[in-house]
Amino acid sequence: MNARPISEDDLQAYVDETLEAARRAQVASYLSTHPEEARRIERYRDQRALLRAALAPIADEPVPPELNLTRMLETRRRPRREWARWAAAAVVLLCLGGVTGWSMRGATEHGPRGIVALAGEAADSYQVYASDRVRPVEMGEDDRAGLIRWASTRLGRAVSVPDLSTSGYRFMGGRLVATPHGCAVLFMYDDPAGTRLVLFTRTMEADRNMPMSEHSRDGLEGVAWSSEGIGYSLVGPTSSELRPIANEIRRQVGTTL
Amino acid sequence: MSDMLLLVEPQIPALRRYARALTRDRATADDLVQDCLERAITHWQQRRDDGSPRAWLFSILHNLAMNRMSKARSQPRPVAIEDAGESALVRQAEQPDRLQHRDLLRGLEQLSEAHRSVLLLISVEDLSYAEAANVLGVPIGTVMSRLSRAREKLAQLMDAEAVVHPPVHGSLLRRIK
Repeated sequence: MNARPISEDDLQAYVDETLEAARRAQVASYLSTHPEEARRIERYRDQRALLRAALAPIADEPVPPELNLTRMLETRRRPRREWARWAAAAVVLLCLGGVTGWSMRGATEHGPRGIVALAGEAADSYQVYASDRVRPVEMGEDDRAGLIRWASTRLGRAVSVPDLSTSGYRFMGGRLVATPHGCAVLFMYDDPAGTRLVLFTRTMEADRNMPMSEHSRDGLEGVAWSSEGIGYSLVGPTSSELRPIANEIRRQVGTTL
Repeated sequence: MSDMLLLVEPQIPALRRYARALTRDRATADDLVQDCLERAITHWQQRRDDGSPRAWLFSILHNLAMNRMSKARSQPRPVAIEDAGESALVRQAEQPDRLQHRDLLRGLEQLSEAHRSVLLLISVEDLSYAEAANVLGVPIGTVMSRLSRAREKLAQLMDAEAVVHPPVHGSLLRRIK
């Protein structure tokens, strides 16, 4: 006989009734000769039964109307409202203002202009837009082509949307953002847990080629870099493991632009 | 999307139960389940086909609950004076035929979130150890050791409850005040 020794895992699985019959018999026979363990396991079994009984009534309640899945699916399919277009137009106007009215600012003040400014703008935008439950993006994933066209026109260069699905993030959509250095494009992503990431990109006058650097502020983390005059900053909540995702983005934009 | 309705809708009662047992508040729990369903609709095509939809839904719900609860901890919610000291979960259990569950639910509330969630996912929601490991984002060995500790801790808490609050009395006196 070379029976495997009984482990605590076996005892727990015995409580949960997930052991296969042969192993279950071995555990039962072990318990019959170990009264102290048997008492402990019996308590756990009682506890499990009591817990199930105590919480069962919740699952028996009628499902409230706001959790009607059929209705939720129908609401989803309704078309987007017309005012979204007006809001989009307003952002363009803001952007023009950012470029023309404020164009003297960079010349007269010596604030940060390079990668530090970019990282700050990206974090600002994250705070404003990623926390927005109603309209985090101006143009959604369903109009990706329209967004790319719009962003490419406004930035004056071809823009592509990196695919982050291998990192578990879905593209939600994007918008234009006004910065002291002109127009920037913001793309937003989320994962099934609702964690949102923002990729922020604009033309760079200073720091036109910079390696990746990490920034953090107010519970946010960012990775920023620039390449051939285009700056990128990826921002997410602390602990969202941005570095590999940033590498992936750099790899993708490097091959498509 | 019609397969989604078929696979997800039957899970809603269990999702509500898990959320409520975890958050101890009906409105918060149903809010979380609603968020969870919305995310499930949006991400339905991206879920991995190899896992069960049930475990996938529990992962979404669990993550949402943890986010919400860590936020709630940093900004405590005002509690009406008559509610203080008695939680939603316990109050609901205190209908006459459920008095016997009172100590257990009170004990459950005193467990850490990590212990409570592992116990609920496995003992009540019947997730496999591997599925629970996935939902909680920890290795399966951690699930096993947490489960063992959670059961022992809950047993101790119930012993303590039985000493501090002899059955029936405590709850009846409380309700009068």
